[in-house]
Amino acid sequence: MTVTTAEPVIRLRDVHRRYPGRPPVRALDGVSLSVAPGELVAIVGPSGSGKSTLLNILGTLDRADAGEVCIDGRDVGTLSDKQLSALRAHSIGFVFQQFFLSPGVSALDNVADGLLYTGVSLRERRRRAARTLDRVGLADRLRHRGNELSGGQRQRVAVARALVGRPSFLLADEPTGALDSASGAAVLKLLHELHDGGTTVVVITHDHGVAAELPRQVHILDGRIESDEYLAGAS
Amino acid sequence: MTAARSRLRPRDTVRVAFSGLRARPLRAVLSALGIAVGIAAMVAVVGISASSREQVNQQLDALGTNLLTVAPSQSFVSEAELPREAIDMVGRLDAVESVSAAGIVPGTAVYRNDEIDPNQTNAIAVSAARTDLLDTVSATVASGRWLDDVLSAFPVVVLGADTAELLGISRTDGDVQVWLGGEWFTVAGVLDPVPLAPELDTSALIGWPVAESLLGFDGAPTTVYQRVAEGSVDEVRALLPATVDPAAPEEVAVSRPSDALAAQAATDETLTTLLLALGGVALLVGGIGVANTMVIAVLERRSEVGLRRALGATRAHIRRQFLGESVLLAALGGGGGALLGGAATAAFASSREWPFALPVWVLAGAAGATIVVGALAGAYPAARAARMPPTAALSSV
Ligand SMILES: Nc1ncnc2c1ncn2[C@@H]1O[C@H](COP(=O)(O)OP(=O)(O)O)[C@@H](O)[C@H]1O
Ligand SMILES: [Mg+2]
Repeated sequence: MTVTTAEPVIRLRDVHRRYPGRPPVRALDGVSLSVAPGELVAIVGPSGSGKSTLLNILGTLDRADAGEVCIDGRDVGTLSDKQLSALRAHSIGFVFQQFFLSPGVSALDNVADGLLYTGVSLRERRRRAARTLDRVGLADRLRHRGNELSGGQRQRVAVARALVGRPSFLLADEPTGALDSASGAAVLKLLHELHDGGTTVVVITHDHGVAAELPRQVHILDGRIESDEYLAGAS
Repeated sequence: MTAARSRLRPRDTVRVAFSGLRARPLRAVLSALGIAVGIAAMVAVVGISASSREQVNQQLDALGTNLLTVAPSQSFVSEAELPREAIDMVGRLDAVESVSAAGIVPGTAVYRNDEIDPNQTNAIAVSAARTDLLDTVSATVASGRWLDDVLSAFPVVVLGADTAELLGISRTDGDVQVWLGGEWFTVAGVLDPVPLAPELDTSALIGWPVAESLLGFDGAPTTVYQRVAEGSVDEVRALLPATVDPAAPEEVAVSRPSDALAAQAATDETLTTLLLALGGVALLVGGIGVANTMVIAVLERRSEVGLRRALGATRAHIRRQFLGESVLLAALGGGGGALLGGAATAAFASSREWPFALPVWVLAGAAGATIVVGALAGAYPAARAARMPPTAALSSV
């Protein structure tokens, strides 16, 4: 495939993950994948193909049964639960389909919570949150509560929360899945802008339309990578 | 950068725990209520009994604990009296500061008027009182005046508090008369209740001279009251029987009325213990309520836990969050309960005109109990939340 000179942000080598059962489910069956800094990647596949399992492993929320997982240059298999938490706090920004915002809390404090487990003071968290909300185009919604925002705005707040800690990469799980097409397009546009600014973004989706807009598409089926394509002409 | 740790500041732990409660205020208040009731009960029980003790202490401070009372032993005939010389004999003891006496005028009754059948008895005793009796027993006049040397020679009576109520007399302007031993006596005064000599409350007190001249009183005292130098009370107490009645010291009983007052305050100790135990049970039930609330909270907030783990929370951070929430919840109840218990104590004390007393150790104990209950109630749910795998927590929506 493509040779990248920089140290990859994500490097999976022959990763297996099976769930117990009769017969056991091979959710990931020998996945190898490398993501370089600054890439915008779609991992696309139908339901049950193993996307969520892969997301959990990329996000260090779950461990592989076999194979090597290196995130941000660290071999995840050798890290303790506490060290994995630190890795998530500092290096990974999560964006979920259901946003997971606190409804009664302002957009500013929702974003500031992205820094909660880094030990930064509240004042500093809020300062950086305001700056990040400005970056996602919500500078005028700082005081709005989670439940006073539209779906698209909520997802942009969630993106800001993922971004506020300046992680090595964003991991977005069906980021447009709960949005109407216009809001979904706006969120995708935001991800493109972040990518243009140098942020590494991994989008996990079952939606080929969404994937088609991204420069690199990794197709997954039955726990295996079927194809890994770079779109001609994309950045 | 990758060497950086995951860190939640202590202040943020409290903030996160507090925001968890604030998200469901009604539930927080309701589950804190159980703790509040338990703490309120315990604080009020201790506060009320402390206030009552404080009241007795203040009363004893005011009345003094150096009054000794000498009377014939109860086991002997009811009409028993002390030797006439008893008063002088006692006065000769060095440590005795003042002596006074009262003597029941035998076979004499007092009635509202002369038309009441003399066979109809009442509990009122007619006693001859020395003019210095009032000061010696620290009695006070509710209205009118006390007997002086002049009045003591005339048919004038001062009524004890209960006597006045029994006879229905409150006027002491000299217009009211009572039928006493077959003579009309003018009511000159009414006494306040006398805590150190409650027997005076049910007496009608007349002058020593008029008792002898008009009613044939033999001048033998029934009760001798003496104030003794502080520090010599026990010594004098031992000397008194032989001093009062050298011929039959065993027929003389000496008592110290302040002891009885103090004992009265101590008698409700068992009731206090019982009520404290009930408060403890309420606290326990409150703790179970908090534990229940926390278990439900953990189940409901699986995705929140998952999100926090994704944001970098360690298991310890999650455990501390829920433990903190539980302790805060209990503290909310404990604080409310302490206020409630303090208010109940204040209300009860003021209704009885007692001083307000609430020992600091109760509040410290309530705070400690609250934290322990909160921590115990939260330990299991918090451990459970911490053990949840982040993937399960996130996929549960
Ligand atoms: N916790 C689990 N226990 C057992 N089987 C699971 C579990 N999670 C996922 N699977 C199975 O693993 C396979 C991949 O699932 P998943 O990663 O969720 O796929 P996707 O997200 O692409 O729909 C599916 O067959 C699914 O049924
Ligand atoms: Mg899925």
